Amino acid sequence: MTTTLPAQLAEIRDEFLELEGKDRLELLLEFANDLPALPERLRDDPALTERVEECQAPVYIALEVADGVVQMHATAPREAPTTRGFASILVQGLSGLSTDEVLAVPSDYPQMLGLNELVSPLRVRGMTGMLARAKRQVNAKLGA
Amino acid sequence: MAVQTDTAAEFKEYAHPERLVSTEWLAEHLGEPGLVVVESDEDVLLYEVGHIPGAVKIDWHTELNDPVSRDYIDGEGFAELLRSKGISRDSTVVFYGDKSNWWAAYALWVFTLFGHEDVRLLDGGRAKWEAEGREFTTDAPSVTPSDYPVVERDDLAVRAFKDDVLLHLGNPLIDVRSPEEFSGERTTAPAYPEEGALRAGHIPSAQNVPWAKAAADDGTFRTRAELEAIYIDGAGLKPDDSVIAYCRIGERSSHTWFVLTHLLGFDEVRNYDGSWTEWGSAVRVPIVKGAEPGEVPGR
Repeated sequence: MTTTLPAQLAEIRDEFLELEGKDRLELLLEFANDLPALPERLRDDPALTERVEECQAPVYIALEVADGVVQMHATAPREAPTTRGFASILVQGLSGLSTDEVLAVPSDYPQMLGLNELVSPLRVRGMTGMLARAKRQVNAKLGA
Repeated sequence: MAVQTDTAAEFKEYAHPERLVSTEWLAEHLGEPGLVVVESDEDVLLYEVGHIPGAVKIDWHTELNDPVSRDYIDGEGFAELLRSKGISRDSTVVFYGDKSNWWAAYALWVFTLFGHEDVRLLDGGRAKWEAEGREFTTDAPSVTPSDYPVVERDDLAVRAFKDDVLLHLGNPLIDVRSPEEFSGERTTAPAYPEEGALRAGHIPSAQNVPWAKAAADDGTFRTRAELEAIYIDGAGLKPDDSVIAYCRIGERSSHTWFVLTHLLGFDEVRNYDGSWTEWGSAVRVPIVKGAEPGEVPGR
């Protein structure tokens, strides 16, 4: 496998892997706190965002494509910081990439962050589901 | 050294009122010697966002489960964990958490496997504490490591394995999952991740009483009369029945186990932690689909 990760995703991965134990969780919490609010235009119409069923907490995502560049948006409740953290990682990691780059992101990217033992594999699967749905949305936008 | 119990009037009607404490009681007793408050959540980061002052965190995934085999930690691991949390064998442990204490009840049940005597739930959990505007902090608690002894886990009294359930067929079973999971429309709770059961449905003859029925809107437990209407009149259970409760991985059924055992005073309730993720993938075990409990197959 010689897939190279886009720089911004590789950077996030390295940030996590440089830390250990509690600090890694702390970083996930920082991501959770940094999740930007949904833009106004996506807020009021539930049809514009997609619920990520794989996550335990209610999280909704929306991907936009303009001029071949992807922008991801997500919202998740404050009481679900882990899910917010996952969403925030993908929002920061995927936004600004080309559609091709997003579609080429390995499906197991969430497993590369060293969170399995700290957060548990079951929870990390929520992020895997989120990534799969993000890619599906980009694909759908391309087909449209 | 045990801390005095909460004698609030609203708990008196329960079979074992000493198993609950109110938010008022906890606020008054925080910091008392002999009391350890434990937060256990579904979300592994929620504690870090802010917790009840002095509370320690126990995560079921990363701390109560054995990291390799599908089982709980052993006596050695439990002793090590509790020492690191500053919990002594005679500590009063009050559990609270998110989702109407779903995971807090699970942690309490695991403590029960090790015979930890004084375990209690904060009625209404984290949400009630928050709704009342009570204090949260991000300050790490100062923990003095304890000398918790190594106690062998007792898997007989309150835990059931698949073979126990097979032998139990014909006796009361309670399935606390959602109606959709019970009928076999789906294998996971609505909006929950797929946890890998190959078949859908329920164990023959199980009554479906979704766990959350035991909680009122504010996350506190329903009154004894309301609980009796649900479990005794509704599901046909009797306090001297031997009952096994199950869900998907044993966490929601811990909540029901708590209700039947401590609030209604049932003598013999076991939690089948293998639950649907085991039963729904096991070879040649009987399964019933649809909304009706169904019949136990002849043996």
